[in-house]
Amino acid sequence: MNDSDTPPATAQRRPWNDPKVRSLAFQIIAILAVGWAGWSLLQNTFENMESRGISTGFGFLDESAGFGIIMSLIPYDATMSYGRTFWVGLLNTLLVSAMGVVAATIIGFIVGIARLSSNWVVAKLALVFVETIRNIPLLLQIFFWYFAVLRNLPSTRQSVDVGGVFFLNNRGLYLPEPLTESGFGWVLASLAIAVALVVGIKRWARKRQLKTGQLFPTFRVSLAILIALPGLAFLITGTPLTWELAELKGFNFVGGITIIPELAALWFALSIYTASFIAEIVRSGILAVSKGQTEAAQALGLQPGTIMRLVVIPQAMRVIVPPLTSQYLNLVKNSSLATAIGYPDLVGVFMGTTLNQTGQAVEVVAITMAVYLTISLLISLLMNIYNRKVALQER
Amino acid sequence: MTHPTELPPKSELGVVGWARKNLFSTWYNALLTLVVSYLVISSAIPLFKWLFLEATFTGETASDCSGEGACWLFISQRLNFFIYGFYPDTLQWRIDIMFGLLALAFVPQFIERFPGRKWFGLFGVTGLPIIGYILIPGGWFGLEEVPSNKWGGLMLTLILAYVGILAALPIGTVLALGRRSEMPIIRGICVVFIEVWRAVPLITVLFMASVMLPLFLPEGVSFEKLMRALIGITLWQSAYMAEVVRGGLQAIPRGQYEAASALGLGYWRKMGLIVLPQALTLVIPGIVNTFISLFKDTTLVLIIGLFDILGAVQSTVTDPAWQNVAIEGYVFVAFCFWIFCFGMSRYSQNLERKLDTGHRT
Repeated sequence: MNDSDTPPATAQRRPWNDPKVRSLAFQIIAILAVGWAGWSLLQNTFENMESRGISTGFGFLDESAGFGIIMSLIPYDATMSYGRTFWVGLLNTLLVSAMGVVAATIIGFIVGIARLSSNWVVAKLALVFVETIRNIPLLLQIFFWYFAVLRNLPSTRQSVDVGGVFFLNNRGLYLPEPLTESGFGWVLASLAIAVALVVGIKRWARKRQLKTGQLFPTFRVSLAILIALPGLAFLITGTPLTWELAELKGFNFVGGITIIPELAALWFALSIYTASFIAEIVRSGILAVSKGQTEAAQALGLQPGTIMRLVVIPQAMRVIVPPLTSQYLNLVKNSSLATAIGYPDLVGVFMGTTLNQTGQAVEVVAITMAVYLTISLLISLLMNIYNRKVALQER
Repeated sequence: MTHPTELPPKSELGVVGWARKNLFSTWYNALLTLVVSYLVISSAIPLFKWLFLEATFTGETASDCSGEGACWLFISQRLNFFIYGFYPDTLQWRIDIMFGLLALAFVPQFIERFPGRKWFGLFGVTGLPIIGYILIPGGWFGLEEVPSNKWGGLMLTLILAYVGILAALPIGTVLALGRRSEMPIIRGICVVFIEVWRAVPLITVLFMASVMLPLFLPEGVSFEKLMRALIGITLWQSAYMAEVVRGGLQAIPRGQYEAASALGLGYWRKMGLIVLPQALTLVIPGIVNTFISLFKDTTLVLIIGLFDILGAVQSTVTDPAWQNVAIEGYVFVAFCFWIFCFGMSRYSQNLERKLDTGHRT
């Protein structure tokens, strides 16, 4: 047989049947369609804004805001600019997100491990917790904590008093505030030195173990260094740290750190809700480590604690990290529900009050969305780096 | 050689054996069991009393509530508002029909041997929305029109979630196909669309839909508040749906794609006849899970001023005629959501187990 006589099929192919031409055409059409949609949206927006007398541009950020915010981590008052309200809101969002991530991770890991407990009561209790919490909307839980629990706490005069140090009432939780005096810098410096020492010892111990097989009590020695060095510095410089307690003066508490009920309600609800999802992730991660791994470790004569730490958890982390990342992202996004109870987060302050006062919806919404996009990308980036570190190193 | 058949020791059998193994295996396990049991019992008894024993179920007004236990009277008096919102009393039979049809379409899905349950499900995603579109707003065939600002309560929650998921499915499928396309520009557009929507919270989307959508549209075109919220929810949800469908597309073995190409099928026929039917069946559990989270997230519409079930309850618990009924209201809403979400998650878990054929690549 001689196939070479027949002309190649491509010679007869019409341009509109050529996959390359087609895909090029499709992509050009797609670009044109998206471009046209974007352009007409912009056009409509500008026309509408003009007819409604809404000004454009980012000049409003320098104007005086003129409204108060109940909680801010940086100095703020009503005379400051709209740009400042953005930073106040952003910091508040980051604060509640960070608090939520830490608490949710701790509760989630505890509950997830409790789900696998050999103790029937503990395992069932964890199951009930998970199945109840994750099937109830987060907003409802926030409302519950805020309107049903924290608002029903006793008033300022009848505060719950824990040893004269902590006070709890319907205006918030009052904690003592640490006040640093001169010389505290030395304590911080010695802490940094201690951390550096511990890292060095860890490296040295590992090298020695690889060479000679001898174990070094790294954990105990590190703990001792971490406590002793800053502790010594603290005493030598003359205890440069005092605690300022909150005090009832007149109708309200003065001094100390105040956790407003809005923050507390949001924090409780966010951490508990996210923890119920993290618990399931942790459970499935641990179950994903095959039994043979545990058995092999037992056969090698490792202790149960060591098996968990060196064999099970490192392998479980590979399964846990990717879904855990998306839970952290969800938590940050869900912190925007703060608006519903009046916690001054980014959405509440900037997209709420600032937008209403200036009317510059496009700029404000664009900035807010850009912030969330950046936070999301940053968290995924960090977790991807971590994930690459724990991922399976295949040959 | 035979082994003597002896029963295991008595301490390993029955209730005692079970308790030994699961509750008191070591001294700290025993301590844990006792402490946890004590905590559970000591908090469950007052809760049970509050919920049932000392609660008020019958009566007319707030003064009939004893004040000791829960005031369920509040719920039963306002139940109509919590379910139908401001929908006119005389027209509520339309909503009742929709609830009935919804149950008819989806309850068979939980019963394995129900004859023709596939058809009921198919009706649920095709016929049901059409009937709902005619029946709920009215204005057709001599039905009295009910404007959407009168809708509310559980009914609105279900409409938002149902329409959101149903409209997001085709958009999400197209986006997922686009993301796996070989054309770089199409892929790029889809990736940006999906990632941007996934990165922003639903609240900002709803804000945008209610504040900015009117600005985007040409003069003269405007939507009602509910429609705006639905557009926002659908776009947001379609990004999540795209990721679910993409998971299904990736789970289809390469051989299926190649076999379809070898048969000479073009792109659309390859996808429509070979790949998508398999992929979509595979991701039904994922779709149900997304539906559950959307169902919970619909509560956010109360922030832009729509009265879904939580919004309806929230607006009545501050009613001065009833004192301190917030907890009762929240428990009621929580119970409603829990029933729906727990049922659906059980369904999707069962399905997952059935679909897990064990030879996935």
